[in-house]
Amino acid sequence: MPIAPSLDQPPPLDAAPLLSIQNLSAQFGTGAAVLVGVSLTVAVGQRVALVGESGSGKTITALSILQLLDEVRYTTGAVTFAGMDLLAASKPQLRRIRGREIGMIFQEPMTALNPLKTIGAQISEVIVQHEGLSSTAVHTRVIELLEQVQLSEPTERARAFPHQLSGGQRQRAMIAMALACRPKLLIADEPTTALDVTLQRQIMELLMALQQSWGMALLLITHDLNLVRRYADVVAVMQHGHIVEHGAVADIFAHPQHPYTQQLLAAAPVPELLPVIAADAPTVLAAHELTVEFRQPRPRFPGEKRRWWSSATLPFIALDQLSLQLAAGETLGVIGESGSGKSTLALALLRLIHSRGDIAIEGKAVQGLSEQAFRPFRRHIQIVFQDPFGALSPRMTLGEIIGEGLRVHEPRLLPDDRLEKIQAVMHAVGLTDMSLHRYPHEFSGGQRQRIAIARALILRPRILILDEPTSALDATVQKQILTLLRDLQRTLGLSYLFITHDLRVVQAMAHRVMVLYQGRVVEAGETARVFHAPQHAYTQQLIASI
Amino acid sequence: MWQATFTKLGQTLLVLLLVSVASFSFLKLAPGDPVTIMLGSDYSKASYDQLTQELGLDQPVIVQYGHWLANFVRGDWGTSYITNQNIFELAVFQALPVTLTLAAFSLLIALVIGIPTGVMAALYRNSWVDVLATTLAIGGNAFPSFYLGIILIWVFGVGLGWFPTLGFVAPWDDFWQGMWHLALPAITLGAWYVGLIARITRSSLLEVMGQPYILAAKARGEPGWRVVWVHGMRNVLMPLITVIGLQLGGMLRGAVMTEVVFSLPGLGMMITSAVLNREYIVIQAGIMLTGVLFVVLNLMVDQTYQFLDPRLRRRK
Repeated sequence: MPIAPSLDQPPPLDAAPLLSIQNLSAQFGTGAAVLVGVSLTVAVGQRVALVGESGSGKTITALSILQLLDEVRYTTGAVTFAGMDLLAASKPQLRRIRGREIGMIFQEPMTALNPLKTIGAQISEVIVQHEGLSSTAVHTRVIELLEQVQLSEPTERARAFPHQLSGGQRQRAMIAMALACRPKLLIADEPTTALDVTLQRQIMELLMALQQSWGMALLLITHDLNLVRRYADVVAVMQHGHIVEHGAVADIFAHPQHPYTQQLLAAAPVPELLPVIAADAPTVLAAHELTVEFRQPRPRFPGEKRRWWSSATLPFIALDQLSLQLAAGETLGVIGESGSGKSTLALALLRLIHSRGDIAIEGKAVQGLSEQAFRPFRRHIQIVFQDPFGALSPRMTLGEIIGEGLRVHEPRLLPDDRLEKIQAVMHAVGLTDMSLHRYPHEFSGGQRQRIAIARALILRPRILILDEPTSALDATVQKQILTLLRDLQRTLGLSYLFITHDLRVVQAMAHRVMVLYQGRVVEAGETARVFHAPQHAYTQQLIASI
Repeated sequence: MWQATFTKLGQTLLVLLLVSVASFSFLKLAPGDPVTIMLGSDYSKASYDQLTQELGLDQPVIVQYGHWLANFVRGDWGTSYITNQNIFELAVFQALPVTLTLAAFSLLIALVIGIPTGVMAALYRNSWVDVLATTLAIGGNAFPSFYLGIILIWVFGVGLGWFPTLGFVAPWDDFWQGMWHLALPAITLGAWYVGLIARITRSSLLEVMGQPYILAAKARGEPGWRVVWVHGMRNVLMPLITVIGLQLGGMLRGAVMTEVVFSLPGLGMMITSAVLNREYIVIQAGIMLTGVLFVVLNLMVDQTYQFLDPRLRRRK
């Protein structure tokens, strides 16, 4: 357990803090403590960041300010906002604070908006709730707000349901809702985590512009140190419910005192010397003009007359004539935003979805083979998925999950030999001395991803497709997994197709990169060359967003 | 949207056609020759042939089916051998309204009691309110409806004499008399659905209340009742309607039992007495009518989804 240093506040910019959390401790029912002596102040117009990994207590701190956690018991401390004790406030008092004095933005704009109500209706609710204007006045305000968050065609957008908007548009709507009553404090809980990198920057810039022009205070909750460095004045670092370090952003980034802060700062992936690929290294995986087409509902254009027998779907080209080559021992990074075709590429190479074009594994064309004839090739090309929670069957034990591939590809293996292989691969991924009879839910995210890697490696594949293997993990765990993947590549001579949206990761891991945009390769080349001299406009935009 | 509706309508017609084939075959496969039944034990070859020809039974089966279907669609469903009543009138104008009234009233009772019970159980989860509501809900599901009906008749009809024990008065003739007669049967049939609806409401609302948009609504300062009834319940309606739709068949089945217990002259009663009297053409009409009813109700449920959930509507 880390020791919480005594945390006297650094002098606030303004005399009276707008929000002050003093020595707050909390627990779920009679369970373990989730917050231990948390103290934090936010002055008028100040930008404070709260950083930490998942489970560190940062979201609980944020929700405690608004008193939104019914099942949490506060054992000590106080939360004061503009002179009012929020822990002792009555329900009507809290309702007046929520949404009017303090606005909040949530991480996932899809799930944080009610799917059955239009954007406009949801924004109106806040205004009606707090200011009770007439309906025309409310409507004007809604349109005005949507303009302020730079949503194009605001009148149209106000009538749209959440599912009709893109991720970035939804987050803009969410911001409009949080700002509807011009709150004095805005709490933004991972506001850009669910968005593509190029969007992240736009949304943050928008938030900053509104924060400055309205003189609003901002409490930014994030796991992303880059956001903190760029957008916050003061930062508090949380771990296990404690605030372990607290101070001005420049100081803490320059001289982190607490070991955990040092570890967090060091967790950013750093390029290391990659194993050299010999010029005559054989090509283990090649694809030529790979194309994947889906059918999607056809949009209806205004004035278009459609007969009931005309087709309701249109072909959508998810992957357009993509060619690639992967040498033995090489890592090819694939980057692009969501919807660019990255995962489609992975599934097509594994022949899990239908595609046109050629695929060759170890020099043998596999595209025309039946599933049965292709099965022996499957052991050479394995995949690790993004979400280690969804990718492991919750009803299977660790031993069953890792050993399953052997049952398919080496059915005659003796039980003792199988066990030996399972233990060898677990040792290789750093899961020594784990009981084989445990179930996935008993493991942490990082351990689960190791299990997923072990499951892929047990068949001794030549090629490993890594589909966002570290995106769901905390920074320190991400670093461990990347180190593991590097070691495995060096010792086993694996080839990686490394799919990610995280440019730093790809920079640290890949020999070459390929940039996908709307199903097409817009740029490909040596990693260093692409990062230092991007040619295509989209790549330039991506790299500028780091 | 129209395209989807047309597809659905096509499916519906196909199902109805299959139902008609099944009920036509049922008549063909039933033991006994209708001509001999109609003529009695003493008849000549000439009169046998003449009646066979009159009934069209000398035609190929497919032609007979065609005639039968055409007659059915036209509303010519034949005459009962026993009561000499026009079957179409008996089924559609007399029996069907009784069954529909009973079913609608039962569903109304189930919704009015079940939804608030489920909401209370979810809001006061794991408290005594929840325990009580869940116990009642499971009790309602576990109690066989014919038994509940008999108990209700015994206690409230015979013992206390508060309600009539049998018979039907149309609410559109005399509303209060009608309600009075319907009360016990509707409670009997609705009890099972109270349990079902309460349990689905409870579990769906618990799930919805855990969604981020509920937290977001609270964070905007919306009052508790609004969060539950506007943001919560609208999202609960979807699973609720799915379950009600799936259980409509069960409702019709339950109505048969309830009608017999309370002697209501509905479809169930009609089919039951037809079975006891071996009146095949009445059974056939019953099968067809139940089939049509079930299919139409399901079509309505499907259309309700589109109305309730914007995500299912086609883009304009």
